[in-house]
Order: sequence, then structure tokens, then C-alpha cells
Amino acid sequence: MIPGQFVYHRPASIAEAVAVLAAHGDEARPLSGGHSLIPMMKLRMATPEHLVDLAGISELKGISQQGQTIVIGAMTTQADLIKSDLLASALPIIRETSLQIADPQIRTKGTIGGNVANGDPGNDMPGLMQCLGATYHLSGASGERTVAARDFYQGAYFTSLDVGEILTSISIPVPPAGHGYAYEKLKRKIGDYATAATAVILTMADGKVATCSIALTNVSSTPLFAEEAAQLCLGTSLDAATLKAAGEAAKSISDPAADGRGTAEYRREMAGVVTARALAKAASRAMKGA
Amino acid sequence: MGVEGIGQSVVRKEDKRFITGKGKYTDDIKLQGLTQAHFVRSPHAHARIKSIDTSAAKAMPGVVAVLTGSELVGDKIGNLICGWMVHSKDGSPMKMGAFPAMANETVRWVGQAVAVVIAETKNLARDAAEAVVVDYEELQAVVDVREAVKPGAPQLHPEAANNTIYQWSIGDQSATDAAIAGAAHVVTMDIMNNRLVPNPMEPRSAVAQYDSADDHLTLWTTSQNPHVARLLLSAFYNIAPENKLRVIAPDVGGGFGAKIYVYPEEIVCLWAARKIDRPVKWTADRSEAFLTDAHGRDHVSKAELAFDADHKIIGLRVHTYANFGAYMSLFSSSVPTYLYATLLSGQYNIPNIYCEVDGVYTNTVPVDAYRGAGRPEAAFLIERLMETAARQFGMSPADLRRKNFITQFPHQTPVIMTYDTGDFNASLDAAMKAIDYAGFPARKAASAAKGKLRGIGISCYIEACGIAPSKAVGSLGAGVGLWESAEVRVNPVGTVEVLTGSHSHGQGHETTFAQLISTRLGVGIDTVQIIHGDTDKVQFGMGTYGSRSGAVGMSAILKAVEKVEAKARKIAAHLMEAAEGDIVIEGGEVKVAGTDKKMPWALVALAAYTGHNLPDGMEPGLKEGAFYDPTNFTFPAGSYIAEVEIDPDTGKTTVCNFTAADDFGNLMNPMIVEGQVHGGIAQGIGQALLEGTVYTGDGQLLTASYMDYAMPRADDLPSFDIHHTCTPCPGNPLGIKGCGEAGAIGSPPAIINAITDALGHNHIEMPATPDRVWHAIHSRMAAE
Repeated sequence: MIPGQFVYHRPASIAEAVAVLAAHGDEARPLSGGHSLIPMMKLRMATPEHLVDLAGISELKGISQQGQTIVIGAMTTQADLIKSDLLASALPIIRETSLQIADPQIRTKGTIGGNVANGDPGNDMPGLMQCLGATYHLSGASGERTVAARDFYQGAYFTSLDVGEILTSISIPVPPAGHGYAYEKLKRKIGDYATAATAVILTMADGKVATCSIALTNVSSTPLFAEEAAQLCLGTSLDAATLKAAGEAAKSISDPAADGRGTAEYRREMAGVVTARALAKAASRAMKGA
Repeated sequence: MGVEGIGQSVVRKEDKRFITGKGKYTDDIKLQGLTQAHFVRSPHAHARIKSIDTSAAKAMPGVVAVLTGSELVGDKIGNLICGWMVHSKDGSPMKMGAFPAMANETVRWVGQAVAVVIAETKNLARDAAEAVVVDYEELQAVVDVREAVKPGAPQLHPEAANNTIYQWSIGDQSATDAAIAGAAHVVTMDIMNNRLVPNPMEPRSAVAQYDSADDHLTLWTTSQNPHVARLLLSAFYNIAPENKLRVIAPDVGGGFGAKIYVYPEEIVCLWAARKIDRPVKWTADRSEAFLTDAHGRDHVSKAELAFDADHKIIGLRVHTYANFGAYMSLFSSSVPTYLYATLLSGQYNIPNIYCEVDGVYTNTVPVDAYRGAGRPEAAFLIERLMETAARQFGMSPADLRRKNFITQFPHQTPVIMTYDTGDFNASLDAAMKAIDYAGFPARKAASAAKGKLRGIGISCYIEACGIAPSKAVGSLGAGVGLWESAEVRVNPVGTVEVLTGSHSHGQGHETTFAQLISTRLGVGIDTVQIIHGDTDKVQFGMGTYGSRSGAVGMSAILKAVEKVEAKARKIAAHLMEAAEGDIVIEGGEVKVAGTDKKMPWALVALAAYTGHNLPDGMEPGLKEGAFYDPTNFTFPAGSYIAEVEIDPDTGKTTVCNFTAADDFGNLMNPMIVEGQVHGGIAQGIGQALLEGTVYTGDGQLLTASYMDYAMPRADDLPSFDIHHTCTPCPGNPLGIKGCGEAGAIGSPPAIINAITDALGHNHIEMPATPDRVWHAIHSRMAAE
């Protein structure tokens, strides 16, 4: 488990990082928390000649509120997300999700930027960002641009990120106070990727669902924004029949692979189960909050 | 004896260095001029090696040598052996294919070593290994025993037709057939025992040093039995004669059986160290551990248990395919035969047993002993049958067991074993009381009200520890004796060194063995040093496995300390002018009974070494050795009860309660015993719920990392409720039975019996993953 040789770069600014990446093209890889890239390098399945460590760039770190938007720097670790009072009050689903990622050691190093930008279908943050309607800010040699999380993922490890581009921050619209939320993750063991997981944000008015957003993790080659399932919930009290219908809608867009977590049939079924459970939990929280 | 004697929960002496990071493991050994080895391993499960080109690798920076299997052959390094001869039922010896330390012509599993690169650093060795070009001609592979024995299956070794190593049998076939034919009820089951990867915390490691001036080799290695390693390296692998080879097993971070064997890597490091005249180190990374540590279990069985009209067992017939992997590992032949089928009688009076075992080669990692070694397979089989029979009869599983328990001892089973003692009703009573068995229906109803399925499962296991006596195992084919040695050295100041042939790799010997000395000589455990794991210090020993170190290793120490006491009494009697028979050793003093005459223990020791005033003709010194060969196995037994709750929507099983009531005979240190039971149960629950070793059809190990192979974690386990009953073992002077493996033996059937109880669906394979449980629930719903 020893990686091959590479040149290590530690830029101090986004501009410097972009310049180094541009200079080396395909032969360079940005490094954030390293929990995906380093194991692949140790197995020699990834062999970058230049490793551009983003850890020294202070402008990539931190959590702030700008009006009705929360902005999270790409190099903010999951441990930072869990500790943030701002997120705990404005976006508690981020804390709930972060606590279900891997284990405390990994959360100390793992970053939100790496988690969303790597395009690993097993990662938890991409689905959550789709649920929240987040926007990714990208920087590259040709300048800056933004891409919606819901448009970012094209296939397993295949995203809208161009060669030489880095994801610098994520902006998330703050959901209304009193919203209901839940991240329901079914997994074999602590530290594992989801067998299936669902993120839900909703609001209730007069006991009925007023707004609803649902996204699914690890039941396809990309995260899935479950628009139809969410639509089915609007105007209902999330009765048993609605939960079942929403679960069925989530299942219908799922296309999981068979793996150590279960057969494809089972994992698709679980997408329905965790969706119904996430909706029920989010509704109960919204009712309590109201 | 006081707070440090046997029977007391003395805190482990060794833990200070382990928990402060001061343990000294093989990989911590640093030597002048040390080189690092990296093995080139086969990426194919079955292939012919057409050529190996090492020229580019040899030219890489820092490379000292690149060696291959053909050079091993040239230097007459021996192939790996299997140390237990097992014969087929037709009388023919087992069919063993050659197992070279590095493959020369054919590779037979993914991970088999084909070459070694030795370089100045680990990184340079790893880089150069990329440049070794091996040209393979791929062959068809087979991984499943049922496929491997079919006509037309890929053949692994020319010596073993149909990949079959042996077709062994035990018991009376015609009597068993007749009993089953005439039975009122027969319960028939197909039972799988899943393949497991051992995963000790410390990966295997070896450091070899050659002293050219003395033509002497030293090996530091992660071994459970360094003396046996030296014997094999000398007598069979042609590394060096025993007087020119020292083997040291320093601190070893867990073994579970996987560190009993001499592996190819140790042989190659020793051979290479002499060849390059520099020390060589190799340490496995975790991926290599998954691909090279001997795996455990992997049985496919068909079993029939026959009862009379009164539900008394009248016969058991079993056929088992045992997967050996690609080669026969050191003790592989004994595990699915003498360590398995001899325990099939369980805790029950079974008049007729017949078992056939087919040992089969496949293109997988070699399989050998893993915590329990054969006994977990036997316990799982008989305890699944008993639970299933009770359900078929509509009887309480406890009542059916009680009806068939052996209650008279000694008891001769039809499969070799003579159970010496036990009280199976007592342990079942204790477990049922502790878990509130009677209150289960109410707890089940409470779970049902939450939409959950609750189940309870019993397992009444028996196992055999302290494999012995040497004469008996020799007659069954073992290549070694299974006695143990000890030496007790009293220093002139009265402190004590105990040299033992046992080896501690987590068992706490430094504490329990010192407790024995403390009890006998009345000295504090801090004045006792336990020395083990070094062939230059300890004369000979058989190491630690099969829960033998208490029953056999401590008995040898007791024999030696009794000799020391006898001599000390003679000296004290002479010094105090008293009769030898009146001398008593207690509380750190040597006393004349019935008088106030006494002297400190240390002064007796000093007198032995000054030699100024000893009885006429007595040699100076106070040091005695002993060899102890037991008269029988020991038979730990107990009852485990598991209670589980299943989420029917997800199939996820939660173990809510787990109670163990074990009869280990006398306990030397109850705290350490409890720790051993905890670890064993955790491993057993891991096997039952999580640990599945998965191969693709072409022999790639899919579960070769912790990402894919699910080990149990703290949150997978309940707080265990541990109880003890006691029938002292009559076979050794301390009354010890052994406790190291019981947890892993007794727990898998308890868990699966509980799950099948919850499901009302009698068949589920281990590991009972959420996916399998969910399918079991939904296939039953579909059937209804």
C-alpha cells in the first residue's frame, strides 16, 4: 500500500492552485481530504504525477451566511460542519448527514468539497446538495462559473467539473424556519456507504405538505433528485398511502448495482423504505417545529 | 492466597506497555543494514507461468535482489508441508500437491507469491515490483467445492484427482444407516459454514538476519509457536539446522490461528537474508493479509438427525465438503476431520454417528484453523439440527435438548471422544434464568406492537481443548506431540522467572502464569517474569492454540514449581533443622508447621545459590524444568442464548440480549476469562451477521478490504451477560478446561436459531445480512 512517486504542490491561493493545475493538465489532481484519492494512489489505481494539496488555501474554508444563503468553503471538513452552530440552527440536516458519514477520524479530514466533487455515487453530500438546491462555485483557468448540484452529476466519477477546475464553495438557500428535515441512511456497518439513503426537506401548512424536496443516495450511478416522489407529497398529510406512493416513486427511478450491501432488488426496495421513513421523520419534525 | 493468586481478577500486567504504545512487535525491529522485501503476487486464480523477467526490476534504483521460485528450487528450499497425515476411508494417504514458497510453474490462487523484490526501502521495493514482468497463461479456475468435485472441473494438482485430497470417514456407517432407516422422525438439513478471514489486529511480519561469521540465522516473526516454526524451517525447509537458527516471536497482536503456520514469506526472508548477507524485513499490508493469511471454515454439509417416537436421538449422519483452498496449509487436514467430526455428538447421547468428509482443493486462499477450528462447524451443525427438530416436533427447544443431554460421565461418544465431566443442565438453567427465558413471549409481543419481529435461540455447545495426549494424536496422524514444557528459575534474591513453551498473543499469560507462581510461592506477581516466544531462551514448546495454554501450559509450570518447592523444602528443613515434611511455603515465607520457626523465601533462595550450607550431596541452585503431557482433551461446554429483533422492512437484525453460561472448570483469572468470552462472541456474531468472504467465479476475492468485508463493530453488539458454572476438569491438576474459543463456537448457532425463530422460516445462511433476512421474510410472505 505504497503510492508511486509524484510531485507535491501546496498552493496558498485559489489562483495559484488553478495555475498549477492548468500547467499540468491531466497529470495533476487536486487533493482535499484525500479519503478517496489517497487509497486509490496506494493501490496504484490512480497515479497522478502532480498532487495539488488545497489544504493551505484559507479562502477555501469556512461557513458563513449571506442573506438567505449559506456559503460553505470547499475545504470545510465534516467535523467543522458538525461543530457549526450556524448550520445546527439554519440547516440541521447537514449536521445529521455529516454524522452518518464514515467515522470520527475520517470526518476530521474529509471535506464537503471533496465529497461533492469526486462524483462517487456512494458519497452522502451530493444527494443532500440536490435536495437542498445547492449551487457549486467552480474556478478554472478560463474563469469562474456556477453549476447547480442537480445538474452537476453525469455518471459515476463523471461530473461537470472540467480538467483543471476546482470546486471552491457551495451556496445553499436557507430553508424556512420550522422546516422538517431528515437524512435516513441504511448501512451495513459504521463507516460504510449507504445501502440506500434519502434526504428530505419539507414544510407543512395546516397539517399538509406545502413544499417538499427529496433526493436519493447510492441507488444509481449518480445521486437522484426525486421530483415525482416530492410532487406526490404536496397537499397531503403524508398518510400511509402517500408514503407508500412516494416510496414507490423513489424506487421507480432507482437503479442500484448488486454489491456487498445487497442484491439490486433489495437495494431498490430499500430506496423506497428509507424515502418513506425520511418523509415521516421530516413531517414529524415540521409539526413539532410549527 | 491473597489478591494476586489464581482465581482473582488481577489486572493484566502486560497492558501497561500495550496501551501506552510500548509493545515491541516484529515490525518494530530495526537492524543495521536492514532491507525491505516486497512480494510480487499472482493476479490470477489459476495460471501457468510462462516466464518471469526480472531484468528491468533489478536495474531499478535501490534494488538489492529480485528472486524467484526457480532459485528456491536451485537452493533446495523445501516445499511447505502439511503436518497431520489423514487417510481416506479406503486407507490411502491424503493427496497433497506441492506447495512451493514462491510459485515456479503454476499459480493457484490470487495472491500467491511468484517473486520477491528486496530493496533499500519499502517504497523502492514496491516501485521495482511494478517492473517485474510475469507472463501468465490463464487457466480455468474453480472456487466452490461443489463445482470442484464435478467431472470436467478445472484440476489444481496432478496428485489429487477430482481435486479431492481425501474422502475420510468416522463412525459406524451401517449401524447409523440402520438407525436412520428405522427412525420415527428424521430432520434433514443442508448447512453451510461461511468462509472467514481471520484479521488479527497486527498483520504478519518477518525479519530475518544472517550472521555470516557464525553462519547463524535469526528470525523475528509473528508466530503463535516459534519452536514449531524453527523445527519446520530446519527439518523440512532446509533453512538451517536448529542450532544455527533462532526464532523469536516478540509481542504478537492477535493470531486466532492464522499465526500458527510457517508461511512462504518467512521462508523467503530467511533464505534471502543468507543469500544477500543483509537483514530482510517483510510486513504484510492489510490487502496482503486478506489474500495470504490462512482463511477459516468454508464447509458445505448435508446432515440427518434421527429420533425415536419418544424424541430420543438414535442417529446422526453427515456428509461435509471442506474447502482447503489452493494448497494444504500446515494443519489443514486435521481441522475438518479430527477437530470437527469428533465433536458431532455435541452435548447429546447419540448412539450412532457416521460422518464423511471430502477435502477439496479450490483456487482460493488456503484454509486452516481459525478460532475454534472444526468445533464451531460441529456446534453449528448439531445445534441447528436440534433447534429445527424441536420446531418440527412442536417442542420447546430447551426440553428437546434436556431429553437428550448426556448426564453420566465419563461418556464415550461413538466418535473417539471421552467426555470427562460436565453438567449441561446446570449451564442451560443458568442461561435461561439469566435471560429471563420465561419472559420472552411478553418481550416478543412488545416488539410486535412496534412492528418488529423478535426471536430467541439456544445453543448448547461442547468443544475440545488442550489437544492431547501426544500418543493419541500421534496415532491419528499428527506430526508433533502436544505436550508443553516449563522451567521455573528462582533467582538468588527470590524473584522468579518462568520460561514457558506457550505463547501469549493477547491471552494475558504474563498475568495468569504469574498468578500461579504467586499462589504457590507466596510472592507478588511483580516479582515474577514470564518469558516466552524465544527459542534461545525456552528449550522447546508447542505454542498457543486450541485453548491449550491454561490446561497444558500451566500444568507444566505447576509441575516445575512443585519440583522447586520440593528442593526449597529440603533446603529449609536443613537450615532450620526440621523435618522436610513439616515445611510449609506460604505468604512469602518458609515455615516449620506447628512452631514459630520460619525464614523468608528470599533467604532460602539465597542459600540455594551460595551453596554454603546445603544438605550433603545437593546441587546448588533453584531451577527446575518439567514437561507435561495431558491424559485427555478438556471439554469446555456451555449454553448461549441470543435474543434478536428484526426490522421486517429492512431485514436488519439487532442482537438485543446475549447470555453465555460457560463451564470452563476452574477459572484462573475471571476478568481475563470474561474478556476471552467477549472477544469470542464478537467474532461469532461477526460470522453470523456480517462476515462473508466472496469470490467471483474466476477466483477474484471481492471482499479483500475493510470496505467490503464487514467486521463487527461495537454498535453491532449488545452488552454481553456472562455467567459461569463449574465442573472442574479431572484431567489436569488445576481443573482448567480452557476458554479462548468457546465464544466463537457457541454464538453463531444461537444467533441463527434466534433469527429463524423470529422469521418462522427455518433456513438462512450465514452471514445473515439484511438482504438475506429481507428475502427470507418476503419469500415467506409470497408463499403465504
